[in-house]
Amino acid sequence: MSQIGSFALLLALVLSAYSFLAGLVALTRKGRGAERLGETARRAGIAVFGMVFLAALVLVIAAFQDDFSIAYIFHHSNRDLPGAYKFATLWSGQEGSLLFWSLLLATYGLVLRLRYKTDSRLFAHASVIIAAVQVFFLLLLNFAAHPFAVMQGLPQDGNGLNPLLQYPEMVIHPPMLYLGYVGFTVPFAFALAALIMRYPGEKWIQITRRWSMVTWGFLTCGVFLGAHWAYSVLGWGGYWGWDPVENASLMPWLTGTAFLHSVMMQEKRGMLKTWNMWLIFATFLLSIFGTFLTRSGVVSSVHAFAQSSIGTWFIVFLTITFVVCLVFYVKNRSHLRSEHKLESLVSRESSFLFNNLLLLVACFTVLWGTLFPVLSEAVQGSKVTVGPPFFNRVNVPVALLLLLLTAVGPLLAWRKTSIESLKRNFLWPALGAIAIGAALIVVGIRPWKDMTYLYSLMTIMLSALVGFTVISEFIRGGRVIKGHTGQSLFASMVQLAHRNTRRYGGYIVHFGVIVIMIGFAGAAFNRDKEQEMGYGDKMSLGAYTLVCRSYTQEDKPNYSSEWAIIDVFKAGKQIDTLYPERRFYKASQQMATMVANRSTFKEDLYLVYEGLNQDTGRPIMKVHLNPLVMWIWVGVWIMIAGTVVALIPNAVPVRVTAPARIQAAPVGAGD
Amino acid sequence: MRNSLQKTAQLGLLIVALFTFLGSDQDARFQSLGHKVMCVCSCNQVLLECNHVGCAYSDRMRGELASYVDRGDSDDLTLQALVQKYGPTVLIAPTTTGFNRVAWVMPYLVLVLGLTTVVLIARTWRTRPQIIPASGVGRASGAELERYREQARKDTQV
Repeated sequence: MSQIGSFALLLALVLSAYSFLAGLVALTRKGRGAERLGETARRAGIAVFGMVFLAALVLVIAAFQDDFSIAYIFHHSNRDLPGAYKFATLWSGQEGSLLFWSLLLATYGLVLRLRYKTDSRLFAHASVIIAAVQVFFLLLLNFAAHPFAVMQGLPQDGNGLNPLLQYPEMVIHPPMLYLGYVGFTVPFAFALAALIMRYPGEKWIQITRRWSMVTWGFLTCGVFLGAHWAYSVLGWGGYWGWDPVENASLMPWLTGTAFLHSVMMQEKRGMLKTWNMWLIFATFLLSIFGTFLTRSGVVSSVHAFAQSSIGTWFIVFLTITFVVCLVFYVKNRSHLRSEHKLESLVSRESSFLFNNLLLLVACFTVLWGTLFPVLSEAVQGSKVTVGPPFFNRVNVPVALLLLLLTAVGPLLAWRKTSIESLKRNFLWPALGAIAIGAALIVVGIRPWKDMTYLYSLMTIMLSALVGFTVISEFIRGGRVIKGHTGQSLFASMVQLAHRNTRRYGGYIVHFGVIVIMIGFAGAAFNRDKEQEMGYGDKMSLGAYTLVCRSYTQEDKPNYSSEWAIIDVFKAGKQIDTLYPERRFYKASQQMATMVANRSTFKEDLYLVYEGLNQDTGRPIMKVHLNPLVMWIWVGVWIMIAGTVVALIPNAVPVRVTAPARIQAAPVGAGD
Repeated sequence: MRNSLQKTAQLGLLIVALFTFLGSDQDARFQSLGHKVMCVCSCNQVLLECNHVGCAYSDRMRGELASYVDRGDSDDLTLQALVQKYGPTVLIAPTTTGFNRVAWVMPYLVLVLGLTTVVLIARTWRTRPQIIPASGVGRASGAELERYREQARKDTQV
């Protein structure tokens, strides 16, 4: 079995190297021979998919067959592991996840190579670049992190999957994240190809627009699935800890978001060409850099893979990629001259500029904070910890400014906006936001008591401002269509969105963002309590009273578990029963907690069975009351819905023809 | 007699209030300091949030922190004591002294530099003279008119 996998990987490397070299030669020559060579390179690229798919399939089959002669299966699976997690074995370790990365890249490459007729020359360039990236990952797989290394002797059972990964979301979170990471290779390849070719116009952006959005959508899902997994599994009551691995996924997301905004300036106004080129280069490089962070052991993280020597490979690859980008930029930068200039600081263009600046400052802060411990060790000889207070202090104000821009941006016209029109459009949303702020103070939020309360209040007010501007944009546009067609306002708004799906899908995404931000704002009011709880003991937090009814145990093939049965009372009435659990995974000999969570729009009642007090032998429960957390997950669904809307092709615009009696005057006719 | 009873009750109330407030102050200090240090068991979590099952450090560290707070050590002294024992990585964020100051300054510096650059570029662009047609504006027609319409459509997104 392992020999088939090894052979498939070796063949994939040979094919992708051929695809790269033959493609490169074909692009530098002319004539029928070069065309035929280019075609063989394209087909070799397609065949790479077959070989990598075969290798991945072999690994999955080996997991299902409990083939512990393969070291990777021995280290990441065991006989009693449930089927879904056996499948997830593919990406749960260093070597397998690199194979999975390679498989996704091969899949993206396959789609790209099958669609080459859109623009064969541009696609041929992009295909060569993707082949080069593929060569790197296949070199890693063949020579540095081989997934089919064999064990000496045949073990009876495996070490099992890390207990933290034995959670349903872990079957879907890594694929989503990887689809995002790997997917940015495609817009990167097109961008570099366009630069190398001095590709005329902005067609390459139109070609890659959907790729970029789909990729960004996957990355968004991946990042938030990770947050939800951390919230549900790690049991510390939070969803984001600014861990280096979390940061690694956030950085390309931030630059990718900046790119999705600023690329509109290039499409519509021919501006920011250099900026966009470097944004997409940076996004790709940060995706690779994130992978390097997770796997090299440079920074310590609870999520990281085992330390290994493959960090050097990544540094070399990153350096080569950066140099290639820089060389072609220097060579062809004249091709990236802006066609228009900024006409006013009060314009859609300038709002995009500032939005990009803030997103990049946030990205820099995350990068800087993640790497500062390494820098500190180099300069001071000792590492320091850069934890949540650092990231929050810088990024929270940045996020508030971004929210403000999200509110103002849609109200600004391209080129120039008069202050009067801005005032007119901004007045009601601003008054609405102020009213909400005042209502929150009346309800009991005291922003002057604590900085976190102030930030929380500002977040909710600015989110309301964005929400009102988004709604007003829909209503204003809907009314115009209603006036023309006589449809209902709702039907008119649907038609409006269908006419310009990208714009209105974007607004829906913004709406999702504010729902998420409101969820984040709730964290300022988190409360928790820890207490020993024997049979019949009570614990109160907020409006809830928890009563321990019983403890029970269960033995399953993969793990044995012990859980508490806790009745939840509110205003003297039982409203729920929760089952916080502790598991002992037999194969890996590790403990894990399973959180019990009662989630509502108002708050989460989050219960963790922490274990036994070593002195008293009594069980310890920790309860968290986390307001508004559900808003975060709902917001993500709205963002996904918005992304899907933005991907739908526009309805054919209704062309308004000029009345017959108005004749176009001949050129130069005067007046 | 009644007066002395009243005084005793007042004193009692004062003592209860003092203990309550002092206790709550110590609790608040414990909570605040406990969120300024990391658990050193390599779980990468804040000390008071570490729920690492079987963690060999967090209980001991919490005990030490509580004893420093009970003893009345200042926040600085408490944190220093923990740094002495567990090294600088025990603090959750870089201090604002020496080279660590760079960690805090850089993001703001980048923000200010970025803002200045964007504003300067925008101003430079705006102050450049616009190209004005030499003989007035001609009326467009045919393909040229269609091009303008397309540009207007893109600009206004109608």
